[in-house]
Amino acid sequence: MKINSIYKEEKKSAFQKVSEVIITMASRPSGFIGLSILVFHIILAFVSPYIAPYDFKAINPTLMLQAPSAEYWFGTDDLGRDVFTRTILGGRTALTITFFGSLIALLWGGLLGIFCGLVGGKIDDIVMRIVDAFLSIPWILAMLLIVSLLGTSTEVLIPALGFFYGKGIVRVARAATHDVIAKDFIVSARARGHSNFSIIWNEIIPNVRDAILVEGAMRWSWMLLGFSSLSFLGFGVSPPTPDWGLMISNARGLMSFAYWAVIAPIVGLSSLIIGINLTADAFAKALGIDRSTKAPV
Amino acid sequence: MSDIIQKVKNLSIGFKSKKGEEILILKNISTKIKKGETVGIVGESGSGKSTLALAMMGYVKHGLYTIGGECEFNSSNLLNMKSKDLEKIRGRKIAMIPQNAGQALTPNLKIGYQIDEALQLHSDLSEKEREKKISELLNKVRLPSPETIALRYPHELSGGQQQRVAVAMALAGTPDLLLLDEPTTGLDVTTQAHVLELLNFIAKDTGTSMVYVSHDLGAIAQVSDRIIVMYSGEIVLEGPSRDILKRPIHPYTHGLLKSIPKLSLAGLPESMPGSQPQPGIIQSGCSFFDRCNFSEDKCKNTSPQLEFLKELNTSVRCFNYEKLLNESQVNQNVNKIKNNSNDKEILNLSEVSISYAKQKLLDQIFNRISDDNPTVQDININIKKGETIALVGESGSGKSTILKSIAGLLKTKDGLIRFDENRNLSSDLKERNPNDLRIIQLIFQNPDESLNPNHTVEEIIAQPLKLYFGLKGEELNKNIIDLLQKVRLGEFYMSRYPRQLSGGEKQRVAVARAFAAKPDIILCDEVTSALDVSVQAAVLNLLQQLKEDFGTTYIFVSHDLAVVRAISDRVAVLYQGRLCEVGPSNDVYKFPSHPYTEVLLGAVLEPDPDIKPKLVAEDIVEEKPPEKGCSFQGRCSRIVGDICKKDIPPWQLTDSGNAIRCHIPIKELQKEQL
Repeated sequence: MKINSIYKEEKKSAFQKVSEVIITMASRPSGFIGLSILVFHIILAFVSPYIAPYDFKAINPTLMLQAPSAEYWFGTDDLGRDVFTRTILGGRTALTITFFGSLIALLWGGLLGIFCGLVGGKIDDIVMRIVDAFLSIPWILAMLLIVSLLGTSTEVLIPALGFFYGKGIVRVARAATHDVIAKDFIVSARARGHSNFSIIWNEIIPNVRDAILVEGAMRWSWMLLGFSSLSFLGFGVSPPTPDWGLMISNARGLMSFAYWAVIAPIVGLSSLIIGINLTADAFAKALGIDRSTKAPV
Repeated sequence: MSDIIQKVKNLSIGFKSKKGEEILILKNISTKIKKGETVGIVGESGSGKSTLALAMMGYVKHGLYTIGGECEFNSSNLLNMKSKDLEKIRGRKIAMIPQNAGQALTPNLKIGYQIDEALQLHSDLSEKEREKKISELLNKVRLPSPETIALRYPHELSGGQQQRVAVAMALAGTPDLLLLDEPTTGLDVTTQAHVLELLNFIAKDTGTSMVYVSHDLGAIAQVSDRIIVMYSGEIVLEGPSRDILKRPIHPYTHGLLKSIPKLSLAGLPESMPGSQPQPGIIQSGCSFFDRCNFSEDKCKNTSPQLEFLKELNTSVRCFNYEKLLNESQVNQNVNKIKNNSNDKEILNLSEVSISYAKQKLLDQIFNRISDDNPTVQDININIKKGETIALVGESGSGKSTILKSIAGLLKTKDGLIRFDENRNLSSDLKERNPNDLRIIQLIFQNPDESLNPNHTVEEIIAQPLKLYFGLKGEELNKNIIDLLQKVRLGEFYMSRYPRQLSGGEKQRVAVARAFAAKPDIILCDEVTSALDVSVQAAVLNLLQQLKEDFGTTYIFVSHDLAVVRAISDRVAVLYQGRLCEVGPSNDVYKFPSHPYTEVLLGAVLEPDPDIKPKLVAEDIVEEKPPEKGCSFQGRCSRIVGDICKKDIPPWQLTDSGNAIRCHIPIKELQKEQL
């Protein structure tokens, strides 16, 4: 008797599972493009300090607003700094801050959402109304307030962004928990007398993990856009650190005659966001979650 | 030939796996459906019966595609027709009645409007005529007062009424062929019998051909003239209904009929080993080879062809059908269950009542439940150690509610649950200590839902072992293997996930998990109703074996009276959360004395064309128990008088220890039976 391999799968290690998901993601054109862009940006963020041709803060008045040339690939800005150098360095801060920011968002948003979904009742009602109240506050105003009170250091930005982007995840995690909470295996665990912690850890998390991870990946790209907006408004990274938001903000007045100083950071920022978005979508599809039918909350 | 209405020729349907392999769901199917004939297609889940029925209306499910062959209706092939032409046939010539009418009806449109829509599409009647036709259709499906029903929304109707509306809608286009996909599966026994009787009437009245798809041989036996038995995507047996049910000449059908528990026979039927191969598993030889009792070496390597036997008017796919030809009847052997209960009481429910009513603020503050007419009331049952007691009743009878309270998942309003003669168990989980929780374990209806899809079998069984006994490492492993062996599963199942197991295997894992806690009582909530018929008997046998080995007590909830008959020592019949009759199962089944028990037993469908269900009472559904008097007063056909509406009937004891709650004196109740 010959048995086809499709029904024969043995237990896989975590590494095997992850690599399988990545291979599935890369097997679609959109996933492949997204992953390549993202990987390219991450590698660039690591190696850019070593490959940058010039000093990012070297001001040279004689080289103001040079058009792209063999020497200065992307031209120079209004202070005579090399735009190429600043562009390849410009994603580092944003990428790092938002990466850790979304981790925090995932953690608190996910856990709170699961907890609310599990306990239900009054606690759930109260927590969810507070979350709703926060959702109704325009995040940028709140961020501006926090940043102007506490400063723009990384230690402030990461938790602040993490907090504001975690609210949406609470809802997603709660909804995903509601899907599994009515299933008999949860009832069975309850009837056996497992603690709430054990139920969350053993029964719920393995079943909602995928949905929350996908939501977190999506939040990452949003947070990146949000963080760049802050920088653009002058509340993110402080000069002279190169940052895309800041670079766009500085050079936007010169757009009519020195477009290169704006184009390069814009391309950098938007390609990264598109890359993360495509990756998150491919990730969702590889895990079997259809994002197209579920609008982000 | 003009009397053939649908012709399926060499039809193969399949899908492409991720790896690009072609996997067949239907393998080279050919059959014909004659005018005015009712054909039953029977098979286990995954045998391809629904796919075949859908193909008969030119529909192939998303993800599947036609590999070859055709479905000819009025000499045109439906499978390569344009959707515009198909629209003209579907609904008008071929109509479909789905399994779950509640989901098939649009929830926000009135019944009348929905039928009108079907009429507008499929007929050229004027508005006035349509109105008349709607009443006519609703009348035909025997819905009371069609005018008011037409103005209702689907959620205002009961499941049986919804199914009737679906039938009415299907009849709106006066179709030549009706396809019914498990139309009675979700219904209560009594409702099911009524709907089947209606379908029989319609088939005779309108001369419509019907294709009735079901896994339930009992239902098929009541309606069909001809039966097609499917196994693993192939037709294995096709012939006149009576011959197939009385003298099945294919080993699969033979084994299947043997493994179905029957009302007339107490005891567990023989089980069929193994399970149906999943699609994509390519075997050389006969697909039933692994499970067959009649197989030879030849069957392993060459697959038998469907052979038409002229004298029997039957087609069979088996080399050895002659061996079965000589066996005139299906001789069902049952293993009589041993009643090893002793007189020691293990669980006692006294005066238990449970309410789902929403608590008022004042009650919430004082932490009490006030409800004059609770969902479940006045439950007194005394359960002895080692016995199997079954709670039976239709949906809404409160049988699962009682189980939940015993498990501590639902607070009772009043009453005591006492374990082992002296220990009171709280119905609130939080107030029970771990040992109280350990002694009572649950097995659920659907193993797909009761096993965490992200846990391996090892992790699933390890949970109670870790929780109650704190086992670790080698010892834990040993215990898991031990338990797996007890439920007849091998050690290699440990690393599998539930999705890699068949339905029966999953339920075995659930059984192993329950026994892992070394419980005294196991609550079985419809444990076999999600399983295929051929697997059901095996699980029942396993439960019985384990009970004899461990001396466990089972509280068995089921709506399937034949299954209850097979496994239980005692039966408690419930209606609207009130007990009607409690007694030894032999006694209850032999002389069903309470009017409700009589109704229930009368409606059971048996896979035998000679045993017709007796429709004693109406199949109306009551939503709330009556406030005064007997709980069954609304449907009882033997009401004595006002006394039934005023007073709660007293318990009466028969000589054999059967307790009945009815105003009619025992002697009279039993006389009616004889």
